Amino acid sequence: MKSNQPWFVVLILAVVFGVGGDWPRFRGGDSNSIALDAKPPTELSEGNVAWKKELPGRGPSSPIVVDGKVLVTCSDGVKQDRIYVVCFDVDSGDELWRRQLWATGRTASHPTSANAAPTPASDGEAIYAFYSSNDLACIELDGTLRWYRGLAFDYPKAGNDIGMASSPVIVGDVVVVQIENQGDSFATGINCKTGKTIWRLDREPVANWSSPVPLTAVGSDAPSGVLLQSPSGLTAVDAATGSVLWTHESGCDGTSSSVSRPGRIYFPSSDGITALDTTKREPETIWNARRLRPGAASTIVDGNQVYAVNRSGVLTCASAVDGQQLWQQRLKGSFWGTPAIAAGHMYLVSQEGDLQIVKLSKDAAEVVSEFSLKEKIQGSIAIADNAIFIRSDAHLWKLAH
Amino acid sequence: MRFPTSALLSVVLLIEGVSTALGAGLDAELLKVRAIGPRGEGHEQAIEAIRKVSQAELDQLIEILDAMKAANPLARNWLRSAAERVVQRGDNAKRSMPTTQLVDFLRNTANDPHARRLAYEILVAHDAGFAGKWNMRFLDDPSLELRRDSVQVLLDQADKLNKAADSAAAADKFGAALMAARDLDQITSAAAALEELGTKVNVNDVMGFIMSWHLAAPFDNTDKAGFDVAYPPEKGVDLKATYSGKDDTVRWIAYKADAKFGIIDLNEAIAKHKGTIGYAYAEFFAENAREVEIRIGCINANKVWLNGKLLTTNHVYHANMFVDQYKGIGRIKAGKNTILLKIAQNEQTEDWAQRWQFQLRVCDALGGAVKSTK
Repeated sequence: MKSNQPWFVVLILAVVFGVGGDWPRFRGGDSNSIALDAKPPTELSEGNVAWKKELPGRGPSSPIVVDGKVLVTCSDGVKQDRIYVVCFDVDSGDELWRRQLWATGRTASHPTSANAAPTPASDGEAIYAFYSSNDLACIELDGTLRWYRGLAFDYPKAGNDIGMASSPVIVGDVVVVQIENQGDSFATGINCKTGKTIWRLDREPVANWSSPVPLTAVGSDAPSGVLLQSPSGLTAVDAATGSVLWTHESGCDGTSSSVSRPGRIYFPSSDGITALDTTKREPETIWNARRLRPGAASTIVDGNQVYAVNRSGVLTCASAVDGQQLWQQRLKGSFWGTPAIAAGHMYLVSQEGDLQIVKLSKDAAEVVSEFSLKEKIQGSIAIADNAIFIRSDAHLWKLAH
Repeated sequence: MRFPTSALLSVVLLIEGVSTALGAGLDAELLKVRAIGPRGEGHEQAIEAIRKVSQAELDQLIEILDAMKAANPLARNWLRSAAERVVQRGDNAKRSMPTTQLVDFLRNTANDPHARRLAYEILVAHDAGFAGKWNMRFLDDPSLELRRDSVQVLLDQADKLNKAADSAAAADKFGAALMAARDLDQITSAAAALEELGTKVNVNDVMGFIMSWHLAAPFDNTDKAGFDVAYPPEKGVDLKATYSGKDDTVRWIAYKADAKFGIIDLNEAIAKHKGTIGYAYAEFFAENAREVEIRIGCINANKVWLNGKLLTTNHVYHANMFVDQYKGIGRIKAGKNTILLKIAQNEQTEDWAQRWQFQLRVCDALGGAVKSTK
């Protein structure tokens, strides 16, 4: 097997960092919403709709793109207890398969959300579909179930009738989920191959919708840790063992998620965005920018710029070095989903369905294209295969050259 | 002619192997899947087993559906995915579904309701006319999803009759839909249509909400600490007793609700309090002992006791409230039964954290009202 190792390493790196055109989890392979090397269209019209497909259910979850397949989770039924994974061919949009499960946990949510709120994740071999009801299914890319866990069946008080939304991440062989609520509140690492619980950490019993983020140590090629964000602070955990590496007490937002870069963490605090230096034994605050308020959407850090869009559509760019504001741009509509960046452009879609493309520079922003999808959109944008993927409660679109 | 023993053994093994590959009995694999328990128990053994079950032939589909009977909800999902995979491979190979067996399986209400619904969906997906022929047969079905479809057909028919100005026939059908429906949206839809046609409907009564209560409050819940304090009503209800409450002496008051879906607003019935515990007590009379579900909706943290036995506890504040939000399963006895609720309000100051209310009904396992005889 030794001769296969370089190939294997390339595969892992491709999945972890999102090169090769995939978008394998919430906010892409780098958990920072940047599509490396991708060049999606920067001018949009009806002609760019490569395909549009009906979905069997609702969901603010984002599509993911893996190995020529677009995968979407949905939920349906009068109690939102029918949960789906649907797999489409990335080129043709043909539905390749769909799996349905019966939710075993609490399925209620605010009317604007749905059971299929968390975005699934993939390690290139299987998809890990997670739902507000805390059902977690590992389904191989050909549609075969590898394993399924009902985490609220295991811990019946886990749940939030407003809805849960934290998306899973994969670090090494471990899929990590954060289930934080007023009942059974915990984070857990589950073996990707066996579905077995490797570790479980009790978390404070407070509602939290933010997602875990892979942590890569300085000088390392692949992440080995995971950052858990909750309203009272950050906890870095060894993904393989669940050991706590460090904690940082600070008021954190409970919806938008952090960004991890080598030696840095940018987290949405209760007072704007805070940058942490994580090269020290104890993380140290570098700056806090009060005017950077991301709302529900998560922050993006692209080189030396930090971007945040608030709920009412004000996009703010600041320096990643010192947090100083560089510019602001008002956009059309209100925003829930996280935007994405590719080839110097930011792609944002408002809740009202207006997809806007903003050309980015250090000094200013320019809205270069607007295209209405004419449906309510809450999911985050995915960029892969030089194309844009967006889902509503009813449809999945591919927008391409 | 002599046949070498080793060759014979090879042939036997080959036949056995072919037989397994083609999907011989799935019993062993299905047992492993059904042995799945909570917290990952039995999953490692089930992973290999489900892979084999997923490779089964279409004529073994019923065996997979049948294995859902009495399976726990986890195993049921594993089995469902295997059944879907078997159907998918059959479709890809353009093979016919085992229609007769699926119809027989659907017809037998002793089978698992989820499995029967899946059988129905497979039949509908492969025969465009199947739903039209069958979807009125489930009005009293133990599968709530099948029942819902039949109720919807009835509602649609009633609506058409109403539009055609045949009010009497429409009212009959809306009435039948109201009695058969178990989902709130269908119940309210049928009730609203009947009201428009001039028939008074008491939805609270149809659904079995308890409207008459005795209330005692406020007891202390500062810092949410009172939730686990057993105040005197938890040790026995005496409707004539007085208690030392949070601010003053507390007495039981009789309260009759008339709000939609039996909502008791304690801010209105008692007075607005924060950091407070309230108790609600009702007596429920039955002719015979039976199992029931006590279903409540509550925006506040809550506990429910039936005849002194704690059925459910939910330490959750201001995270939505809806009909049948929480449920506890218990057994009522013939004669008088007692239901006690503890409703805990916290000290949040936000506008959306001021409600202090609950609703409660007694049902069978499918959500049909079980009503007090007095």
